[in-house]
Amino acid sequence: MNIHEYQAKELFQKFGVATSPGKVARTPEEAEAIARELGEKDIVVKAQIHAGGRGKGTFKNGFKGGVHLVKSAAEAKEVAGKMLGQTLVTHQTGPEGKVVNQVLVGKSVDIAKEYYFAILLDRGTSAPVVIASTEGGVEIEAVAEKTPEKILREPVHPLLGLQPFQARELATQLGLGGALLRPASELFLALYRLFAACDCSIVEINPLVLTPDKQVLALDAKFNFDDNALYRHKEIVALRDITEEDPREVEASKSGLNYIGLDGDIACLVNGAGLAMATMDIIQYAGGRPANFLDVGGGASKEQVTAAFKIILADPQVRGILVNIFGGIMDCNVIATGIVAAARETELKIPLVVRLEGNNVAAGKKTLAESGLALTAADDLDDAARKVVAAIGAAAA
Amino acid sequence: MAILVDTDTKILVQGITGDFGSRHARASLDYGTRLVAGVTPGKGGQVFEHGAHRVPVFDSVAEAARQTGATVSVLFVPPPFAADSILEGVDAGLDLVVAITEGIPVMDMMRVKAAMAGKKTRLIGPNCPGLVTPGTGENSHGGCRIGIAPGYIHRRGHVGVVSRSGTLTYEAVWQLSQRGLGQSTCVGIGGDPINGTSHLDVLKLFNDDPETEAIIIIGEIGGEAEEQAAQWAGEHCKKPMAAFIAGATAPPGRRMGHAGAIVSGGKGTAQGKIAALEAAGIAVAKSPATMADTLIAAMKARG
Repeated sequence: MNIHEYQAKELFQKFGVATSPGKVARTPEEAEAIARELGEKDIVVKAQIHAGGRGKGTFKNGFKGGVHLVKSAAEAKEVAGKMLGQTLVTHQTGPEGKVVNQVLVGKSVDIAKEYYFAILLDRGTSAPVVIASTEGGVEIEAVAEKTPEKILREPVHPLLGLQPFQARELATQLGLGGALLRPASELFLALYRLFAACDCSIVEINPLVLTPDKQVLALDAKFNFDDNALYRHKEIVALRDITEEDPREVEASKSGLNYIGLDGDIACLVNGAGLAMATMDIIQYAGGRPANFLDVGGGASKEQVTAAFKIILADPQVRGILVNIFGGIMDCNVIATGIVAAARETELKIPLVVRLEGNNVAAGKKTLAESGLALTAADDLDDAARKVVAAIGAAAA
Repeated sequence: MAILVDTDTKILVQGITGDFGSRHARASLDYGTRLVAGVTPGKGGQVFEHGAHRVPVFDSVAEAARQTGATVSVLFVPPPFAADSILEGVDAGLDLVVAITEGIPVMDMMRVKAAMAGKKTRLIGPNCPGLVTPGTGENSHGGCRIGIAPGYIHRRGHVGVVSRSGTLTYEAVWQLSQRGLGQSTCVGIGGDPINGTSHLDVLKLFNDDPETEAIIIIGEIGGEAEEQAAQWAGEHCKKPMAAFIAGATAPPGRRMGHAGAIVSGGKGTAQGKIAALEAAGIAVAKSPATMADTLIAAMKARG
């Protein structure tokens, strides 16, 4: 789940992380009022979408740029009017672009220097770690590659959290000493409180800046929240903007299915995440391209299989389906019955290859064979992948 | 002797009265596992009945362990209560706690792991299928089945299996059993980014286990656990090994079902893991259909 820049700013404000003034507007009039409140000087209006490259983007109505400096409240209203409800295309959105439903109206900030500062959970040590660098505003991976000595790594004790002395040490090493030591270290500690309190897996300030008048500010951030912890964070769940997500994935999550859309044409339906990944891999290995990742869970009931078929078939690119089920606890015949019912209910017209293995598999294969459906049974994983690739080739010819 | 648990190991079930826990407790009893106690706070004194089995339910892990001699716990409790349940097992001084629960917040696991440092208890999981040491009866009956794996697919033998994924483990076990190769112990370490026991931990146990003669290691994208296991195996493990890594076609930045299965910042790719395994001299199956055959070829190559 991603959040918008204005939501990041609201989280900063709530946890006392120093940031620049600004508020969200959903109408041109709101944008005008906020600009007036901020003093009509050095105001910036920024389109809020979950994609980078906004400044260099172009709206489909021809308006150039998703980030504008304005000189008056009237101009803020005018610019917001050209952004709101319009589709912004950037190098990250793809040609279809993203609809802008809100803009951030804030104080533009002069930047003397940019820094990189992030807190993330390190799997290797099972503990949080702070990553910081004086080389802000550039790809941090590139900095790590070319000048690893410019990357600071400060491990955090999982039970104690970031300690004030560690925050001061980080500030000092970033060159934010002297009069800046206290504000910088307080910003880092506040950010750690936010990270821990909201069950984040990553908070990456981008950018952290020093202004010419010696303020240290976090302007925007990329947040990753732990999906597993959302049950205890209703306030974070409320930040979710489903208009920014793949509608197929939204639909799948409603049915308790784990679905990720890809850009191939062979859909797959599998039980278990590991096997689902492996199934995508063998489709590619057999010369095809997977259309999705789909884990129906360890059980695979008829209802789930039907819901999964509907989601798969809603993707117009899909030209064939591979069902791969290892029935461990589940009876393969129950699964086979579910597949037949789902295929009938959805009036399946594209090639379907089914590979069943496990408990009571003979009865399951018999059910599939006697269904009268035009499906292909496969003996093992490799066979299944080859058959589905061949089937869509034949269907296209 | 297998690893971690053997057929005479006594286990208790935390969350035995829930739907998920009770279903798998019954399956373990049917498999012949010595499941001797259940724990559900507030339901102590009840009896969990299944056929001729009468399993006493206790309010606490400590009491259940004291009264029944159970040394291993398997937990099916819902995510908000799972961290507490793990720590209760640790406090009771169990040898092993196996957390099946999927969806535990990673911050909780981070704190649990820190709190477990220096304790005798080993944790397997969370978000794992558990482990099986097959028995010698028909369809491996009489084995120690802890968790949710189908017991009947196993055969007692000499191949150790370690994996992050449930269904891929079953695939490997099924292929082995079909080819007449039994297993010493099959361990699912779970798909979460922070877990109690790593591939490497299990690999070391298999390496030291005289009953285990060959090893299948199954990994997936995310983290660097497979790379670490590969490096150690290349230097220390003399037993024939085969590997499979899932997720070569997974797009970067997306979590593939398992909370830990994500390629981020160019790290944790299937390609990187496969290269590390091959560099360590481990045969990597190109397809999950050939995990057992790849191992058999590696065993033949070693003579």
